[in-house]
Amino acid sequence: MSVDFCGVELAHPIINASGTFDAIAAQRAFGDDLLEHFPFAAFVSKTVTLRPRQGNSPPRLWELPAGLMNSIGLPNKGLDGYLAHDLPELAALPVPLIVNVMGFSRDEVADLVGAFAARDEVAALELNVSCPNVETGLVIGADPREVARLLRAIRPLTDKPLIVKLTPNAGDVAAVALAAEQEGASAVSLINTIRGMALAPRSLQPWLGGVTGGVSGPSVRAIALAQVHAVGAAVRIPVIAMGGVQHGRDALELLSAGATLVAVGTESFRDPSAGARVAAELAKLTANSDNSVRG
Amino acid sequence: MIGDGRVQAPFGARRARVSARERLGAYVVLRCSDPVGPRPQAGQFYMLMAATRWGGGEAERPFLPRAFSVLRAPPTNRDLHFLLEDVGPGTNRLCELEAGAEVSLVGPLGIGFATPRERRRALLVGGGVGIAPLAIWQDRLVESVTVLLGFRDAEHAAGAGLLTGAQVATDDGSIGHPGLVTELLGNELDADAHAEVYACGPPAMLEAVRSLCAAREVPAQLALESGMACGFGACFGCVVATRSGYVRLCVDGPVLEASRLEVVL
Repeated sequence: MSVDFCGVELAHPIINASGTFDAIAAQRAFGDDLLEHFPFAAFVSKTVTLRPRQGNSPPRLWELPAGLMNSIGLPNKGLDGYLAHDLPELAALPVPLIVNVMGFSRDEVADLVGAFAARDEVAALELNVSCPNVETGLVIGADPREVARLLRAIRPLTDKPLIVKLTPNAGDVAAVALAAEQEGASAVSLINTIRGMALAPRSLQPWLGGVTGGVSGPSVRAIALAQVHAVGAAVRIPVIAMGGVQHGRDALELLSAGATLVAVGTESFRDPSAGARVAAELAKLTANSDNSVRG
Repeated sequence: MIGDGRVQAPFGARRARVSARERLGAYVVLRCSDPVGPRPQAGQFYMLMAATRWGGGEAERPFLPRAFSVLRAPPTNRDLHFLLEDVGPGTNRLCELEAGAEVSLVGPLGIGFATPRERRRALLVGGGVGIAPLAIWQDRLVESVTVLLGFRDAEHAAGAGLLTGAQVATDDGSIGHPGLVTELLGNELDADAHAEVYACGPPAMLEAVRSLCAAREVPAQLALESGMACGFGACFGCVVATRSGYVRLCVDGPVLEASRLEVVL
């Protein structure tokens, strides 16, 4: 089941979605058992921003029918803190490391990409473009021209595979993917969470500290499948697909819709080792389909 | 002091069979047989889901597992006891599980209680379903402890039987001291302040405990609660504000030194 992803050899096609697994915290909880049974073929770290962020005020979670809405707000130690504390630990994981970065301006993204370009511990970079451009207030990832402009500035800064994490909160996701491909993106990943909102049961005021949140889990799976299908038809670069994957069958469907890799996100909250289970179920399904072809 | 000598969990969710379910007033005590996992520390917790039909309850929930402090982990068998109160779709489903049913669990997780410093006497203060981690802590402490428990009414106060020698307060005055458990705590600390307080309960109770202890410079370890999605530091959803910023209750707690908090919200 090994996969070549932009020149990086992966043992199987299942990775994690950024921000849904903290390998450092998980080592505190599970010890070496985590490393012996590491569930993902590559590890995607939580979004790193230039400066440290505390994240949004709580409450940050709201449970939905077959899903979750979160408003976490990208808490992280900032670039310097990540390089000093997190990178050495993540580099020791038994799988390749993909670092997810987000900047609030092209200069910030350039600083982040430039800093990681020289680090051998980093196999690939993922650009989180689900943030507003501070000049226009528009979400960069919602506009093909903004994404193209960003990539023109960023692409020359690194030879590493550059993945653009697409937002589903865009009018034409395939057009954004195409713009990314045309400006040199190595791959695209989707879907990020879908914007949603919940009201507190009694006060009828917004429940989440961040007012709106991002919806994930099985309830978004059909939306993810449709968007992956549209993007897969539009671009030739590899697609990393995610959105509500719980079982090998879900991964098989996303691969059939055009994906090269599949990420597990929210399901890891229900079972930390869900990635390994999905990979095993997928391997079994793929083996069965090979048999049926031969038969 | 609270340290990081935590008992680590096996990686991944595992199945455990319900060995018994007992009604205890307003509560349910669920006993699960966990032949694989290590024995937890007092104050550690588990993420629990019913192995089947987790979903399809009120508002088509639950979806995520629920966090429960371990109530008791007897040294003589492999059982884990949990104290449940049916307050929503997750606890509702768990409360209906009968012997022979299976749960999916992850744990033990988090950092538990640490032994009293400076040979202080242990003073356990619990409110409602928050008495759970105090029962296993009383089991584990060698010396005798003072136990103060507060409940809404007599039906809930049945939970006091889970601990030995508890002084009880009820909001409606139906049993024990009429009023707040923190009034009992004030009396205890006035009589002898060379104590270390261990508390778990609703936020207003914990804030009163924090404030009483801070005023008397009595160390207190608070087992806090927060909505969690994962329980192992992945989601960043369960943060609480401390003097040094937000901390994730699941990996940096759930037991925190009261002195780390400006206020319990």
